[in-house]
Amino acid sequence: MDMKRAYYEDIELFKSGTILFWTIVLMVALFTLPLIATNYYLYLFNLIMVHVILAVGLNILVGSTGQISLGHAGFFAIGAYATVLLMTKLSIPFFPALILAAFIAAFFGFILGLPALRLEGPYLTIATLAFGLAIMHIIGHMEVFGGRSGLRAPDLNIGIPQLGWNLTLTTDFSKYYLVLIIAILMVLGAVNILKTKVGRAFVAIRDSDIAAEVIGINLTIYKTLSFAVSAFYAGIAGGLFAFVLGFFDPITFNMFLSIYFLVMIVVGGLGSIMGSITGAAFITYLMYALFKNIKDVPYVGDFLTAISQRWLSITGMDNLSAIALGFVMIGIMIFEPMGIFGVWIRIKKYWKTWPF
Amino acid sequence: MPFEQLLIEGLAMGACYGLFGLAVVIIYKTSEVMNFAAGEMAMFSTFIVFHLLTFYHCPFWVALLAAIVFAALLGILVQYFFLRPAKNPTLLSLIVITLGVEMLLMGFASWKWGAEQQEFSLPISYMVTYEPIKGFIISQWALAVFIIAAVVMVFLYFFFNRTSLGTAMRATQQNKHAAKIMGINTDRVFAFSWAFSSVIGLIAAVLLTAKTILDPQFMMEPFLKAFAAAVLGGLMSIPGVLIGGAIMGLLENFFGYAWPVWKPITAFIVIVLVLCVRPSGLFAKHWVKKV
Repeated sequence: MDMKRAYYEDIELFKSGTILFWTIVLMVALFTLPLIATNYYLYLFNLIMVHVILAVGLNILVGSTGQISLGHAGFFAIGAYATVLLMTKLSIPFFPALILAAFIAAFFGFILGLPALRLEGPYLTIATLAFGLAIMHIIGHMEVFGGRSGLRAPDLNIGIPQLGWNLTLTTDFSKYYLVLIIAILMVLGAVNILKTKVGRAFVAIRDSDIAAEVIGINLTIYKTLSFAVSAFYAGIAGGLFAFVLGFFDPITFNMFLSIYFLVMIVVGGLGSIMGSITGAAFITYLMYALFKNIKDVPYVGDFLTAISQRWLSITGMDNLSAIALGFVMIGIMIFEPMGIFGVWIRIKKYWKTWPF
Repeated sequence: MPFEQLLIEGLAMGACYGLFGLAVVIIYKTSEVMNFAAGEMAMFSTFIVFHLLTFYHCPFWVALLAAIVFAALLGILVQYFFLRPAKNPTLLSLIVITLGVEMLLMGFASWKWGAEQQEFSLPISYMVTYEPIKGFIISQWALAVFIIAAVVMVFLYFFFNRTSLGTAMRATQQNKHAAKIMGINTDRVFAFSWAFSSVIGLIAAVLLTAKTILDPQFMMEPFLKAFAAAVLGGLMSIPGVLIGGAIMGLLENFFGYAWPVWKPITAFIVIVLVLCVRPSGLFAKHWVKKV
């Protein structure tokens, strides 16, 4: 079905005219969306795109290189805190601060990648988990990071104040375009990384690290590189997240956030960029929108409220999102381990080969 | 606080972590599943004890027995409905499934009992102390922890080495297919190991409530520490996990005494450092991946 006849076909960005067409449609839709969406939905979309950046980066690590990380909230936090602190304390303009913060996160990714060279399976999971918790505690206990009370993001000035160029983005509407453009660039970057020598080395390590080493891939370099790239993405996402949210504290970056991130790529589809995007969108919608307002949904909301009043507690109704997420996680693993991307592949195959 | 006091408290806390780590190790030993839901399964069963005590005014021991039955059933149900249907699961998908069970149980517990802290009193007190040797003050709680940990250890030793079910569990761990050929119903063995693990988790959680508060998230940190203790012990060896737990408890108590601010994470940092030197824990053969 997807036979490739030339090397160029393997590396080209758009595999066919159809894909090009739908990509353009999607782009047009994304760029015109703010004209019709309300402020709340713009905020939600900003959040989704921040999560898309992170999920794409995490998928490079987990889906393509096969290293499990339960500590990505740590990199996310590093990105958020570093961007804000570089801007407020050292008054560095936004874009250099964001990139610098991402490189700081990447450096931490490199550091975490070093023990990961020797650790596998359960041991790697606990090491990354410990990293995430350690970052959260360190941030929570040091005054320079605002301590437990958190940090407020400064005005999002994307110009260079030192030269007198000021362009302050205040509304969700203007932030939307900033986040959207960065997200598109980051996704494009990820697509291209996976098509290069580096990306193929990652995939080879995932499939069999021993075989990869035998054919001449330097595991030390590529495993740490994978952690660093993934952390870089998390850092960029964190830096944007700080401004989308406006205010954050260490508890924002708890262990559950790492779990959500992992669930995003697992639900979307491991090792697939489109999968990470859909997964991030789906889980973000589920966690931040659908179940936040479940009480207002007709019939279902009344029914759940009645159940809560009769047998359970009404204050605990917010936890419905956790229950739903649990069912999604278990269900997807039992029925469709490839995630949404796997469903899409099946549908595509069915229609392409239709009468047969 | 004097040195002896820190030592005994650390060992008691370590025994708790070790006991809870056993819940992780038993499942990992038989089915190579890392059970991230262990903490929440124990939390849920502890809430059953709380519920029976508070709303039905049962005597403590009746409530505990009922909760033990519930915990065993919960373990079996989780294994039956969530783990068994997954076909050819990878390590990651097993992690995601158990994390999903964790979210499910935590969400349901918070829905049922609310997120606020609950009153829960054990019949063994933290305040009653004995002084068997001069200078060594041991609380009733610590004594109970030591005794229960020892009893569970001895029981598990005999169970794994002397009974046919225990032998079947070890056989299943070594080679699932060979065990099947020898006539072992491996699915049932897994279900039993989940039930065992769930009950041991409940006992550890009930002991831990003396030290912490009771709310739907109270097992998070102890679970992570117990998990780390199990990893430190190598995830496979039962004495290893208790030693790992003791190391965790002592480290936490001594470092926590010296630098209270960093108490929650010292243990984790030590774990990562230990793993850098010995990648598969202190008491395990190197974790060998099948090529």
